[in-house]
Amino acid sequence: MRTTDSTRWTGALRALSAAAAWLCALAWLAPLAYALWASLHGAADETRFALDAPWTLANFVDAWHAAPFGRYYVNTVLLVLGILVVQLVLSTLAAYAFATVPFRGSGIAFWLVLVQLVIAPDVLISENYNTMAKLGLVDTLAAIGLPFFASAFAIFLLRQAFKSVPKELDEAAEIEGCSRLLRLWKVYVPLARPTYVAFALVSVAAHWNMLLWPIVVTNRPESRPLTVGLAIFAGQEAGVSWSMLSAATVIIIAPLLVAFLVFQRQFVQSFMRAGIR
Amino acid sequence: MSRTSVIAAGAAAVPGTAAARARRDTIGGWALVAPSLVVIAAFTLYPVVLSLVHAFTAPRGGVTLQQVHAMVDDEVLHKVFVNNLVFAAVTVPASIVIALAMALWVNGKIRGRAFLRLAFFTPTVLPMVAAASIWLYFYTPSYGPIDRLLHVFGLPGHNWLGTPETALPAIMVVTIWKEAGFFMIFYLAGLQNMAPELEEASRLEGASAWYHFRRVTLPLLMPTTLFVMVVAMTASFKQVEHIFVMTRGGPDNASSLLLYYIYKVAFTFYDEHYAAVLTLVLVATLLLLAFLQFRVLERRIHYR
Repeated sequence: MRTTDSTRWTGALRALSAAAAWLCALAWLAPLAYALWASLHGAADETRFALDAPWTLANFVDAWHAAPFGRYYVNTVLLVLGILVVQLVLSTLAAYAFATVPFRGSGIAFWLVLVQLVIAPDVLISENYNTMAKLGLVDTLAAIGLPFFASAFAIFLLRQAFKSVPKELDEAAEIEGCSRLLRLWKVYVPLARPTYVAFALVSVAAHWNMLLWPIVVTNRPESRPLTVGLAIFAGQEAGVSWSMLSAATVIIIAPLLVAFLVFQRQFVQSFMRAGIR
Repeated sequence: MSRTSVIAAGAAAVPGTAAARARRDTIGGWALVAPSLVVIAAFTLYPVVLSLVHAFTAPRGGVTLQQVHAMVDDEVLHKVFVNNLVFAAVTVPASIVIALAMALWVNGKIRGRAFLRLAFFTPTVLPMVAAASIWLYFYTPSYGPIDRLLHVFGLPGHNWLGTPETALPAIMVVTIWKEAGFFMIFYLAGLQNMAPELEEASRLEGASAWYHFRRVTLPLLMPTTLFVMVVAMTASFKQVEHIFVMTRGGPDNASSLLLYYIYKVAFTFYDEHYAAVLTLVLVATLLLLAFLQFRVLERRIHYR
């Protein structure tokens, strides 16, 4: 049994652990806090942390005019939503088949789908670029999105969700004369709502953030998403101050960050649900 | 309902037509799966096959091992591959340990739990490009925050990204910073799924907190750890965004990783056939990782 000595010892350890936790958290937030500070101050104050340093929005104005961020924004939003909608439709159909239809060859089909979990299309940049060139799609948003229209991940998650739907519900709907597709719409999809929300958040975050494939397949500002815009902006040798780069960074992360802060719990749960099982 | 469909419905109920039903299921099943399969075939399976073809054919046609020989002699490739292994060997365990610590902190009774969780998780939602451009600033020689901090302590500054020895480690730090919070939530879920009776039992038995962690918590979190390992290892071969922004692989390929090298070969040197061989190396690595993880996962879960 414990002595008072060991309780004191664990008490000290606990305090130490809490201190470490806070230190770690502050270290984790520091880069972001720093970027925010630099973006809101003039070049002279970007590393001088005086509270009376004058605040300014000039960096945002400069950054916004230095590159077509408006266009990039529209592209990213269209891209992310387009991918999500197609993914949801295609994956729902496929997952429904895998979960409820005992069809011949379903095992092989499922394995083929799972290959995409291991080899993501954005790893195969060289050959996929050639395909897009042959399709005449280079420099379009469609080219960026097309390889992601099918999602092994979504199919996998939804299949699990559909499998956990009670058979009685399905049978009851069948007796009422619901066709297979109608049952999908009326019984399965509503019950899998949490999975949809989880996947949607993960998908939006993932495609909002992707860089390599868009860099490969686009050359003109008209078809570039935000991430490529920022990479090019950061890569300029001259004419971009740190304050401006910080402002550009904040411009790009703001919507995600705000969405995250508002739907924090939802986000964490979604990322979690998406990963587990 | 029309007459014929009534008959059809009646017929379907007869056991003799099970074969017809099976055929209908097969057609229906494939029809539902087809749209997804077509996309996966076109942008995942076909490019792998195409890489195989390109890898073993000469640019002017004809079967050749030219590219394979080039690969064996390519010192840059060797460097890049070693870089990638080092990158994985450091970032994966480091982010796992930090993630576990974070999860334990946030799961316990600690002041400002919600804030801590928020702080740890936030980098996860940011694009890697954004994270990299912030850190680019941090690493700026003599002017950036890190060097300024060093100056305060009277230490000399350092060109973190411009020196071969520190370029890759600097990028690893960014990766760990960005990924740890993501892995934390899986551990958090694992911890929250744990029966509270376990801890109570340990306490009644007089086991120390450390003993409980080592003998109960850690083994029970094994599936989570393995899952996180899969994700982290795969990511270490797929993530190159930070390299684009921070070092472009330099200096002298010191911070280049396999996928970034493929990008350079394919889109800077325009050597499609050599890029194909390299792509196969990457694909083989990813498949091997997946296979190993799958095996380990299976075994551990059975013997637990």
